[in-house]
Amino acid sequence: MDIATHVFSALYQFGDAFAFLVLSACGLAVIFGMMGVINLAHGEFIMCGAYVTAATVHAGLPLPLGILAGTLVSALVGVVVELAVIRHLYDRPLDTIVATWGLSLIATQGTLIMVGSTMAGVGTPFGSFQVGDYSYSIYRIVLFCAALGVLAALYALFNWTRFGVLARATIQVPHMAAALGVDTRLIYSLTFACGAGLAGLAGGLYAPTMTLVPTMGATFIMEAFVTVVIGGADVFLGTAPAGGVLAVVKSVMTSWQGQLFGQIGLLVAVIIVVRVLPKGISGFVLRERT
Amino acid sequence: MTGLLAMFRRLEGPQTVGRGPAFWGLFALVLAAALAYPLFSDGYTVGNTVYFFVWVFIALSLCLIWGYGGSLSFGQTAFFGIAGYGYGIFTINFGSAYGFTLLALVMAVGIAALFAVLLGYFMFFGRIAGVFLGIVTLAVTLMLERFMAQTAGPEWRIGSARLNGFNGMSAMPPLTIPWPGEPIVLFADIGLYYLVLGLLVLVYLALRILMNSSFGNVIVAIRENPERAEMLGYDIRKYQLITFVIGAALAGLSGVLYTVWGQYITPSSMGMTAAALPLIWVAVGGRSDLTSTVIGTLVVLAAFQALTIYGSQYALVFMGVLLVLTVLIAPNGLVLGVMNWLGRIAARLTQRAG
Repeated sequence: MDIATHVFSALYQFGDAFAFLVLSACGLAVIFGMMGVINLAHGEFIMCGAYVTAATVHAGLPLPLGILAGTLVSALVGVVVELAVIRHLYDRPLDTIVATWGLSLIATQGTLIMVGSTMAGVGTPFGSFQVGDYSYSIYRIVLFCAALGVLAALYALFNWTRFGVLARATIQVPHMAAALGVDTRLIYSLTFACGAGLAGLAGGLYAPTMTLVPTMGATFIMEAFVTVVIGGADVFLGTAPAGGVLAVVKSVMTSWQGQLFGQIGLLVAVIIVVRVLPKGISGFVLRERT
Repeated sequence: MTGLLAMFRRLEGPQTVGRGPAFWGLFALVLAAALAYPLFSDGYTVGNTVYFFVWVFIALSLCLIWGYGGSLSFGQTAFFGIAGYGYGIFTINFGSAYGFTLLALVMAVGIAALFAVLLGYFMFFGRIAGVFLGIVTLAVTLMLERFMAQTAGPEWRIGSARLNGFNGMSAMPPLTIPWPGEPIVLFADIGLYYLVLGLLVLVYLALRILMNSSFGNVIVAIRENPERAEMLGYDIRKYQLITFVIGAALAGLSGVLYTVWGQYITPSSMGMTAAALPLIWVAVGGRSDLTSTVIGTLVVLAAFQALTIYGSQYALVFMGVLLVLTVLIAPNGLVLGVMNWLGRIAARLTQRAG
């Protein structure tokens, strides 16, 4: 055991925590940042993605296509939910939380009734490699790369595409965007679908690494909330750095005292950060800039 | 004497629905029925009613913080759980002699309130509001659930009380009132019923007085427009913190009574589903009024139990649908809507008569 293996081990755990935080949070962050809506059914969209991925893989599709299917199905469900419920509640942000919580109850219990208490999982691909005395899963590295890829793709989407420009205009001054001919309702629908799809993607990516149960969303939801609360409303200036900071807290606490204390560390970090930076990291950065 | 009189005058006012002889006559009638009810019923049914009443306290706490204060707390179950476990730890360690269970009740509620002071300080003095408040409180309660769920090992004990992980803590003594000769043990039937009913009436009336006092008016002013309340010179953080602590104490009372009722408490009483249920009762009842919250809670609980008997797994789905529909169609609550409608009819009738 020399220094290098220790460093690698620490980096690996950091990367693992970072990927988990960013992937589980970015869907929530997109919806919250764009629309000010906190989607409490976020965990259930993740569950949906994971279930669809597992089902399609069992049906014989390769894993990447299964993950794609999970993402698309979640996004579609997102469109339906937006049209049926969220659309009517844009002027009442607290009520959207309550309504999406109702949806979350329906989804969890509905899945339990229809699919059963558990679903056959998917094996973790790629195997593992050895560094020093420990072996590491290659798939975790893939997940880390996926998290970076998602962040890059979101950056490209919101900065370099027409949809991104319209979406950012809609967030800044909705009625002005509408007056200039932007179909803001369509933008909101697409943004919600995008957030739901990202949740599905997170579910699909993590499907091979965990047991599939109807309540699996709850494992993601706390980390996702914590990251969004600390990050604030901006995905790039908020979620990504918050993911970085929290990943350090989580990986240090986890390797010191175990999984649970990693999570407690996250919670304490959140409570302290909101006391100091009420608008999150992105609020702090943006205030400095203007 | 005049102070007492002024206090009683606050029993009705702008912040609570129901006034005048008609309302209080009905109140007395309902109370009399509630007092007489155990005489015509068996112990099991009475015990079940106690179970319903126990939940009303946590619903009232949510009504206070969310309905009146306008800050949505998802974490009331955290205080529920803390106080419940607290009661268990105290009584298992020190027994029930000399009326200690009553002291344990007060201390457990106090611990929940202290925890709320700590958490509320960071939240309100950090000026987090709106959706963030909901998320932080939810994260706290989920965290507590996870923490308690992993305490299965024998090393997790406080004194002689094992925390027991997911199986929960059980076999704590019931509430006992010291009495010359034989102490009165309040088992989960008629004895506990009268105690809980008394507490319920007391809390309900006290909250009515509190909400119609100047404190309550400030709380409502903060809900309507925090900036305006602040401009008028109120330190809204203090008011919010005090409301939050009172709410936490009520949720804690609910937790202690639940623990006393079933003589057991588990981590899942702080989980996602447990946290959602009070929200449903309060939202369906009508969060901005105490009376509609009480009625709504009892009605929805009874409906939920009936549904659980006939199709247990669909009950939760139904609750979710009910919540979504309430938010979409009657955002102020179904019971409150009906109450206001009845009030308008009564007003029209008296107008016609007069």
